[in-house]
Amino acid sequence: MAAEEVKVTRVVDARGSVCPGPLMALIGAVREQKVGDVIAVYSGDTGSRTDIPLWIKKAGHEMIGVRDRTGYAEFVVRKTR
Amino acid sequence: MKRVVVLGGGVGGTIVANVLAKKAKGAEVTLVDKTGKHVYQPGFVYVAFDKMRPEKIVKDERKLLRRRVELRIDEAVRVDPKAKAVHLKSGAVLPYDYLVIATGSRLSPEEFPGIEGAHHFYSPEAALRLRAALAKFPGGRIVITVGGIPYKCPPAPAESACLLDYYFARRKMRDKVEIHFLSPLGRVFPIESVNPAVTKIFEDKGIKYTTFFNAERIDPQNKIVHSLEGEAVPYDLLILIPPHHGATFARDSGLTDAGGWIPTDKYTLEVKGHEGSIWAIGDTTDIPISKAGATAHYEAKVVAENVASLVRGEPPTARYDGKVMCFCDAGHHRGIALRFDYEHPPVPPPLGRKWYIGKMVLNKLYWYIVPKARA
Repeated sequence: MAAEEVKVTRVVDARGSVCPGPLMALIGAVREQKVGDVIAVYSGDTGSRTDIPLWIKKAGHEMIGVRDRTGYAEFVVRKTR
Repeated sequence: MKRVVVLGGGVGGTIVANVLAKKAKGAEVTLVDKTGKHVYQPGFVYVAFDKMRPEKIVKDERKLLRRRVELRIDEAVRVDPKAKAVHLKSGAVLPYDYLVIATGSRLSPEEFPGIEGAHHFYSPEAALRLRAALAKFPGGRIVITVGGIPYKCPPAPAESACLLDYYFARRKMRDKVEIHFLSPLGRVFPIESVNPAVTKIFEDKGIKYTTFFNAERIDPQNKIVHSLEGEAVPYDLLILIPPHHGATFARDSGLTDAGGWIPTDKYTLEVKGHEGSIWAIGDTTDIPISKAGATAHYEAKVVAENVASLVRGEPPTARYDGKVMCFCDAGHHRGIALRFDYEHPPVPPPLGRKWYIGKMVLNKLYWYIVPKARA
């Protein structure tokens, strides 16, 4: 499914965040949301492009896609377990 | 006379109340705190490692407040934004024109399975228990991790790993202790630009680390900590920072998001939906920035300036730019300083003696300069 087609359950706007960082905000949201929910994280931190997909892979969730926005990226993730 | 109510007598609330008492003469300032005791939380780790006594990190809030600030030892149970009133546990109702919420975060150990098998140092009592456990630790593996995100003072777990190294080196038993740090992130330190320096410190000190380990439960019988990612790590002594949440009254007042934090404009620090009447600072906000005293310190000055302007009938102009400045102790009389804001991540800091001295000076002078906004 393309990232543009999914319905986002929760948006986490972590733009401007350097500490604790967009990944921490995402992990917090993953803990709080239900299995099957879709989380969109906005991040202007270039490190997120490596960190977020690596964590999603290790934690076994689904990376639906990354949308390029002006000045930031939107990571769309489904909690799968 | 405008009525300003400040909830919470931590570093943020105390600074707001004191600055308003000085700069907003046309306001009655009331600060509500549930204990009336002010705690210097950076001292917790030093209590655990036997460098500070617990009585040195707690003082009466009244002694830190300007005379014009009324201190109510009570607890908010509900805010009614329509009526502009705070309902207190005693049954009293405090009307306000301007409300500042600075109630911090609370520890929720009860929601972490098996946490009775772990130590932490996020309260004076827990720090003393950890001190006792370390004093009689015969050697073995000490594991350090966090029980949830967000938690207060992101550098504290890594700082405690370094201080453990120093503690056992001082006791001439470092060779009997394995220190294993489990980081929830893909690196050991939350701030990317600082991570290489901290990773090098860990490697130099022989501190083992595992990344992307988000602790999910503890098995205290078998002494194993399990992660959200499916890993299991055995321990002899476990330090696990309990999960944190915002104050329950804020949730009960409908002011919080799903995680229990208050949605707050990161520049004006106004609570979203209540602009011009309610502000939030410190740990209690949802702003994606360190939950730390240094954050609350700088935010408090912005809110106090803006509320003082409103009291004088002038438009507020101060904005919070995300400024945070703190010192981290790396042990062996060395430290690093971190300075950053929303637009500028910290530059990789050199490890130095002067930053350790900076931290020691702050530990002593905090009471004289910070709560009264002299720094």
